[in-house]
Amino acid sequence: MIPGSFEYHRPPTISDAVGLLVSFGDDALILAGGHSLIPMMKLRMAVPEYLIDLQDISSLKSISVEGDQITLGAMVTQAELIASSALSEKCPILQTTSLQIADPQIRNVGTIGGNVANGDPGNDMPAVMQLLDATYTLVGPNGERDVKARDFYETAYFTERADDEILTAIKFTAPAAGHGSAYEKQKRKIGDYATAAAGVVLTMADGICTSASIGLTNVADTPLWAEASAAALVGTSVDEPAIKAAMDAAKAIADPAQDSRGPREFRIHVTGIMVQRAIQQAVKNAQ
Amino acid sequence: MNEQAPISRDERVKKLEGLGSSRKRVEDVRFTQGAGNYVDDIKLDGMLFGDFVRSPYGHARIKSINTEAALAVPGVLAVITAADLKPLNLHYMPTLAGDVQAVLAEEKVLFQGQEVAFVVATDRYAAADGVELVEVDYDELPVINDAFKAMDDDAPVLREDIQDKMEGAHGTRKHHNHIFNWQEGDKEGTEKALAEADVVVEEMITYHRVHPCPLETCGSVASMDPITGKLTVWGTFQAPHVVRTVAALITDIPEHKIRIISPDIGGGFGNKVGVYPGYICSIVASIVTGKPVKWVEDRIENLMATAFARDYHMTGKLSATKDGKITGLSAHVLADHGAFDACADPTKFPAGFFHIVTGSYDIPVAHVSVDGVYTNKAPGGVAYRCSFRVTEAAYLIERMIDILARKLDMDPAEIRMKNFIKKEQFPYNSALGWEYDSGDYHTALEQALKAVNYDDLRAEQTENRAAFERGETRSLMGIGVAFFTEIVGAGPVKNCDILGLGMFDSCEIRIHPTGSATVRLGTISQGQGHATTFAQIVASEIGIPAEAITLEEGDTDTAPYGLGTYGSRSTPVAGAATAMAARKIRAKAQMIAAYMLEVHEGDLEWDIDRFQVKGNPELHKTMVEIAFAAYSLAVPGLEPGLEAVSYYDPPNMTYPFGAYISVVDIDVDTGVADVRKFYALDDCGTRINPMVIEGQIHGGLTEALAIVMGQDISYDKHGNITGGSLMDFFLPTAVETPTWETDFTVTPSPHHPIGAKGVGESPNVGGVPALSNAVHDAFAHKGLTHTQMPHDHWRVWKTAQSLGLTG
Repeated sequence: MIPGSFEYHRPPTISDAVGLLVSFGDDALILAGGHSLIPMMKLRMAVPEYLIDLQDISSLKSISVEGDQITLGAMVTQAELIASSALSEKCPILQTTSLQIADPQIRNVGTIGGNVANGDPGNDMPAVMQLLDATYTLVGPNGERDVKARDFYETAYFTERADDEILTAIKFTAPAAGHGSAYEKQKRKIGDYATAAAGVVLTMADGICTSASIGLTNVADTPLWAEASAAALVGTSVDEPAIKAAMDAAKAIADPAQDSRGPREFRIHVTGIMVQRAIQQAVKNAQ
Repeated sequence: MNEQAPISRDERVKKLEGLGSSRKRVEDVRFTQGAGNYVDDIKLDGMLFGDFVRSPYGHARIKSINTEAALAVPGVLAVITAADLKPLNLHYMPTLAGDVQAVLAEEKVLFQGQEVAFVVATDRYAAADGVELVEVDYDELPVINDAFKAMDDDAPVLREDIQDKMEGAHGTRKHHNHIFNWQEGDKEGTEKALAEADVVVEEMITYHRVHPCPLETCGSVASMDPITGKLTVWGTFQAPHVVRTVAALITDIPEHKIRIISPDIGGGFGNKVGVYPGYICSIVASIVTGKPVKWVEDRIENLMATAFARDYHMTGKLSATKDGKITGLSAHVLADHGAFDACADPTKFPAGFFHIVTGSYDIPVAHVSVDGVYTNKAPGGVAYRCSFRVTEAAYLIERMIDILARKLDMDPAEIRMKNFIKKEQFPYNSALGWEYDSGDYHTALEQALKAVNYDDLRAEQTENRAAFERGETRSLMGIGVAFFTEIVGAGPVKNCDILGLGMFDSCEIRIHPTGSATVRLGTISQGQGHATTFAQIVASEIGIPAEAITLEEGDTDTAPYGLGTYGSRSTPVAGAATAMAARKIRAKAQMIAAYMLEVHEGDLEWDIDRFQVKGNPELHKTMVEIAFAAYSLAVPGLEPGLEAVSYYDPPNMTYPFGAYISVVDIDVDTGVADVRKFYALDDCGTRINPMVIEGQIHGGLTEALAIVMGQDISYDKHGNITGGSLMDFFLPTAVETPTWETDFTVTPSPHHPIGAKGVGESPNVGGVPALSNAVHDAFAHKGLTHTQMPHDHWRVWKTAQSLGLTG
């Protein structure tokens, strides 16, 4: 549990950070909250020669809510997401989900940018960003580009982000007013990754589901946007057969590996149960 | 004299904060302020750091070790391998169980994480860099990760070093991977009872491999003074004097030139009883380099390589009459000891006190047989928060009696009541040879059943089951009843020893002239609060306030010889020594008081904090006054001073007991078992500090919860450990821990000077069956007999699925 030696940098601006990334090349890694990277360094699964800490870049720390357009700076912590009344009004699933990430000490340091950029399928926010159809802003030597969260994840720890790019912001449109949402996560203990987790955002009008979006966490190499699962709800009263169809559709795309949480079969089963419970909770929360 | 305003007797008792006082823990002032002093806090001039190269394989032959690249790392001073230790005859070390364990692997590695080389460097980072660069070339060998296959005809030979040595420490070995067979009881009589019984239940019950996982991992700092030739070792030792003796035996350094210091210890739970390669390597490295050398393992190393617990596969057969009176018990255990037999048991008991397996029941005849085998797993087999193999025994009998109750359609509480040893039967001689000192089981269980409204709980369960059938709930309620008898306080020297050292313990008391005291013990606290509670024993015995008593432990240069702290032995043995030493003080104080008051000794009586003249309490001398007199008056016929030492050899073990009842709600769709209620009634005899007892119960129950609901050190077919980090090894937080309700009865031990029995480990012994029985009870009406722990989500769900409940 002792990391290899590395050179530590704390640039003041994004362009300085990008400049360092370009000059150090593959040997550099970006440090945000560090809750994934530092343990990996201690296990020497990550051995960067240069560590570029983003904590001095103040432009990465803002939460912006303009109308229904929400922009989160990459260095916004989970604790700040939880504390933002504007966010909990417009998009409470961010708060619901953040509260299920580890414990307060971790949430005081863990960042939204690190959570989504790392590509760890166990992280909770990527599936939420997929179901919200969020866009990630990447800044590199050739300027800025946007990538959809739904297109960002390739496989575990591999993403669309190039080695010399920094994920700086997350943008999305808040779900319609009156929507209901929920994030259900089965875990063995506080701080554990999900056996399976599901996030749901839906809108109801006169007892009929008018829109729905569902994301799944830690049941595949990447977060999953469960498009067919959500589609099974739209136009229904979200009755038992509709929920069953949504569960089946989610289970059909779940592809978890066996781990100490249980064999594949169990984790697929739990995927269905989490989808079921998240839907039921979201319907309750909808107006 | 005696001019102060008189204070009442009650106030005088209260001021002492003696037995029965919930005195706050004096240790917590430093612990809660980050001012404890643990092994890793020790920093010495020029101190070096050691780190291990460990085996990535479960079983492999070492072809070569190349240390060249590691030695080239700036700061790396040495890389020690078995080849360096062999000329010193230190490549193997004796274990507490009569086996030997490789300090550094010589020709083969036998478990993943085994120590292969020790890199010594000027700082931790250089040492870790060096570890990365030691090149070890291995040839993988077939792995045994299943104890049931260890003695197959074609099983690979694991221990080539003892391949031809078929006489083991505990008799003849019957296979190259066999360690011992140990039996107790009446085999023929038990077979007859089973054959003639109305009903016999049989079950193979596994108590899975777990790990004590103390907050502080193991470590040591060794410092050989090249001038004086004196070796000082600070380490995480639960038994510092034993470590000193072992060190003297294996290094040829005379024992008076070795000083072992256990500083503050951050939890032990059995993990810090044994001797580990890291201790030996830090000592060797200090001798070789002439500098102090520190070794501290990290969390993963702790879980992988130092002292697991349990791993017992227990086949029980319990016979009874058709109305539920037990007639016999047989138990066979296949004990997975890993690659070396490093169990920490009293030497004559290779399966510890497993033969307490008849539990709290009057079972006329019984037989146990235990076979220990080698596998490609880490060595250990320590008593994780229980006396030696007692939690395994309690789990077996408490599961078996529930299984018998189901078979006979009896209530689990009723069948226990029917078979309890009765109060008037104590002292009770068990079929397996123990003499239970005292108990009142019926009273305890009756109190427990009443406290939880047991009948109401059963009625609620009946309604829950009906609602489940109607499809109104997906949750099943389970009620777990367990009644345990612990056996602690090892132990009488006539049958308990470790490497020949009798398991007595000791206390030295020095009363200072102004009436305060220093007390030294042969034990060592790892968080139990000895400095608080042992001072209370002394306070009550000699009448000076606990706050005026300082307790010291853990330094072999100053503490009297003792066998250490584990197996709930500190209170039963060292606590008794403390009371006995205090009584020697009091006896001398009585002579001094008689001289001071110019009366005959026999005319004095002891009263709380003083000797007073019988019938004239105004004439008295307090212990504080007597203490000063001991150093100032020339009392004819008496030496000056007021000191005493006692070495206490207990006449018997003590037998704490308890009744635990838990209620769980199981979500059959997710497998989550939620502990709704847990009630623990403990009888540990005389209660020294109720608050400390309650803290012990809370901690022990939380560890029981961890074991039952998820802790699992398992190995895959390649010999890779799974669950070897806190990512997977279940260590519950406050969020996962339910509210613990505690209660008590008091049945003092008749042979202990103050009637105390020990308590630290009871909650683990009783908690594991109480929780597991509750999970089983939830499914009992669906026909579940037994399913193996841990009862984690997926296993519970699998049980529900196998019973057709997940549809």
